[in-house]
Amino acid sequence: MTLDEEILREFLIESREALDLLDRDLVALERDPSAQQRIAGIFRAVHTIKGTAGFLGFKQLELVTHAGENLLSRLRDGRITLTARMTTALLAMCDAVRQILATVEADGTEGGADLGPLVGALNSLHATPSALPAPVRVKSRSPEPAPEPAPTILEKAPVNAPAPAPPTPVVALTEIVVDRDVPAETSVRVDVALLDRLMNLVGELVLARNQILQLGEVRDASFGAASQRLNLITTELQEGVMKTRMQPIGNVLHKFPRVVRDLAQSCGKRAEIEMEGVETELDRTIIEAVRDPLTHVVRNAIDHGIEAPAARAAAGKPATGRLTLRAFHEGGRVNIEVADDGAGIDPERLRQSAVRRGVISAERASRMTDHESIGLIFMAGFSTATEVTRLSGRGVGMDVVRTNVEKIGGTVEVQSVVGRGTTLKIKIPLTLAIVPALVVSDDGERYAIPQVSLLELVRLEGPQALASIESLQGTPIFRLRGNLLPLVYLRAALGGGARPPSDEPVNIVVVQAEDRPFGLVVDGVNDTGEIVVKPFGREIKGVSVFAGATIMGDGRVALILDVLGLAQRSGIMARGRDLLRGDEADAAGDARPRQALLLFQVGDDARIGLPLHKVARLEEFSRDRIERAGHRKVVQYRGEILPLVDLCAFFGQADAGCTAGPDAEPLQVIVYAENERRFGLVVRRILDIVDDTPPIECDAASPGLLGSTTIQGRVTDLLDVAGVIRAVDPALLEKRAAA
Amino acid sequence: MARQLCTFYLNGLYLGVDVTRVQEVIRYQEMTRVPLAAPEVRGLINLRGQIVTAIELRTRMGLPPRPDDQRPMNVVIRASWGGHVSLLVDEIGDVIEVDEETFEPMPETVPAASRELFLGVFKLSDRLLLVLDTERAICGSDLREGARG
Repeated sequence: MTLDEEILREFLIESREALDLLDRDLVALERDPSAQQRIAGIFRAVHTIKGTAGFLGFKQLELVTHAGENLLSRLRDGRITLTARMTTALLAMCDAVRQILATVEADGTEGGADLGPLVGALNSLHATPSALPAPVRVKSRSPEPAPEPAPTILEKAPVNAPAPAPPTPVVALTEIVVDRDVPAETSVRVDVALLDRLMNLVGELVLARNQILQLGEVRDASFGAASQRLNLITTELQEGVMKTRMQPIGNVLHKFPRVVRDLAQSCGKRAEIEMEGVETELDRTIIEAVRDPLTHVVRNAIDHGIEAPAARAAAGKPATGRLTLRAFHEGGRVNIEVADDGAGIDPERLRQSAVRRGVISAERASRMTDHESIGLIFMAGFSTATEVTRLSGRGVGMDVVRTNVEKIGGTVEVQSVVGRGTTLKIKIPLTLAIVPALVVSDDGERYAIPQVSLLELVRLEGPQALASIESLQGTPIFRLRGNLLPLVYLRAALGGGARPPSDEPVNIVVVQAEDRPFGLVVDGVNDTGEIVVKPFGREIKGVSVFAGATIMGDGRVALILDVLGLAQRSGIMARGRDLLRGDEADAAGDARPRQALLLFQVGDDARIGLPLHKVARLEEFSRDRIERAGHRKVVQYRGEILPLVDLCAFFGQADAGCTAGPDAEPLQVIVYAENERRFGLVVRRILDIVDDTPPIECDAASPGLLGSTTIQGRVTDLLDVAGVIRAVDPALLEKRAAA
Repeated sequence: MARQLCTFYLNGLYLGVDVTRVQEVIRYQEMTRVPLAAPEVRGLINLRGQIVTAIELRTRMGLPPRPDDQRPMNVVIRASWGGHVSLLVDEIGDVIEVDEETFEPMPETVPAASRELFLGVFKLSDRLLLVLDTERAICGSDLREGARG
């Protein structure tokens, strides 16, 4: 890297850091416009960017920061006071600078953005109250400073020694020079890639150490002593290197004051954010992973949580809403709490809404506790907002937050009091690089299961083993303390053959995915220990049941199981999340297997049912999302193309089918999963979910139906999805062509 | 400067890859099977702490499987995305210099499926040397989608 490139790179990094600080300080300043110290800091930061930009020849950057600096210098001198308009303009300047920096990084140019309006706005804000003549020249694009009063001097400042000039700015200049504290160099900038490499090497060292320790047991005493020393040093080194990768969570949190400000302003609300524990340290991989979920939660809090000022006043609360973000260490994990003092979540409204959307049955809703009801916000396709806003309320929010947090081994919990506010608690591990895990063996290979998803181990021996595993509709079930625990045979889940029946003891590893426990049956349980998580090659990224790989003490590779992926693949999740299942204890005593059924209508009166475990999701699509792919109607859904099968048209209930209904009405779609293919069944209306499917009383009256039965006192047809698809579009049923 | 190719044998074919793309050649390694992955993914090996996917080049090229008593060699390739991938081959040849004059694109008559894996062919005095397109061999679209089958 040449010297110039290095200077440029440093400029980019430093400027970005300065901009993040600026965002924060500007918002803080708006709250307390008299904080002179802060204005001086902001001024310095802008000044430094401008100076370096001028030195490096970035004219546009210099132009826009110059305009901002002019405004700031007047603020600093107390000649004008900060208004919301000024803050907005200054923040816009930060954004413009960011954008230019991005293009500089991309192609070395400043891009062609028209900065005229922004510069004009910045200038007009200080021109009027100021006694000085408006600096007209700045508006022109000419970069060469022409002889002119105050602003020119400031422009030259970073390059030159103080030049002869009118009194006020010069004083300001000396201040800058003196004030710029040069801290003793106690820290160095290190490339993140280098840290990652060091971490990898330490992981290697840990493995080598493990091997040496094993050898030490059989060798002589002096070898054992040396290997013990190696052990200690390695552990310490591992901790040290881990520490270097730690970053304060503030790096993520610091952008929130600005997010809150912008958001509150755009929804006509007033909100403040308070942050505690910004210095709490986390591994950088985790920091990156919580960025999006946290942003979503904060947006939600402003958008849904905090009420409009009038409503707050009516409730006897201060007009300005308060958002508290607290981060702290607890029991080897990091807790992040996001609390608002808004309207809170009304469990009753949630239950009603869930029943209306057909997420749960009315009967089930009546049995739910308030705490359980609040958990409904984590269900897919669920929104608490009465109306959909630009930012949230589309019902694709909290379930994604939960999935993302769980992906990194964390948990989310929500507490809410109506009228008092909502608190969301996120617990995440400190690091992803080295995690405690249980090592199991199956079908000749070893697999690691992260401890976070582990609940308990069950070992069944002797004749009791085979007898205690029952079958419910083809799903093996084990009764664990009276609860039904669905079992997944790891070998079968991984595409291997069935385990030959034997008298061998059965090992069940009880794990949980998204609060839903299930038993993983493996050949053997080996050991627990710390494993170093290594990324996969991208050739096998698509295999969702593995979270990565690790290297065992003997140098061989073992795969790390992704419990959530495994549950999804085995169909455990498809049977619905925890809230959907009926009371398992009830079902246990029942001889006939129960099967939950989703009821819907395709025409005006005919009721049709579909086994709920086949339903991946219920969705509403606006009609303009329907597109065509060949002869099929499709919608884009979660990054894939979802073919639509119009049941209304199939059963002849509507001439042109439900997809051709009135534009204003959203399309009601049941996302159906079979053979790892998904397609959408378009229906007129979702009615209810019933816990039990009575046996068929009457044979099918038309193709596409299995037969009829009586549910809730009404005749209900049972849908034969395979039959419908075979008749409409048989290609949908085929397994996707193997690679 | 003449081009250097690292050569190897596969089911009687004489193949080569650009020597600059080869990280190293290592003997047979114990592999960890990856269930559900694409058929050509034979397993994972530990290359000094880095986890490297081993791809069975015979399967990739649609050739018959290697006899059980033959152990493959690993040709570890540097992928364009920065990682490493190992190609399993029958036997390693020499690093040879080739004359660009003798290069020709793959004949149109070769079936498209295997033609696209090669950059072309060098007409050596005694035989033909097929030049493997490593990017295609290790990053074919079917590999990335492999597990979804």
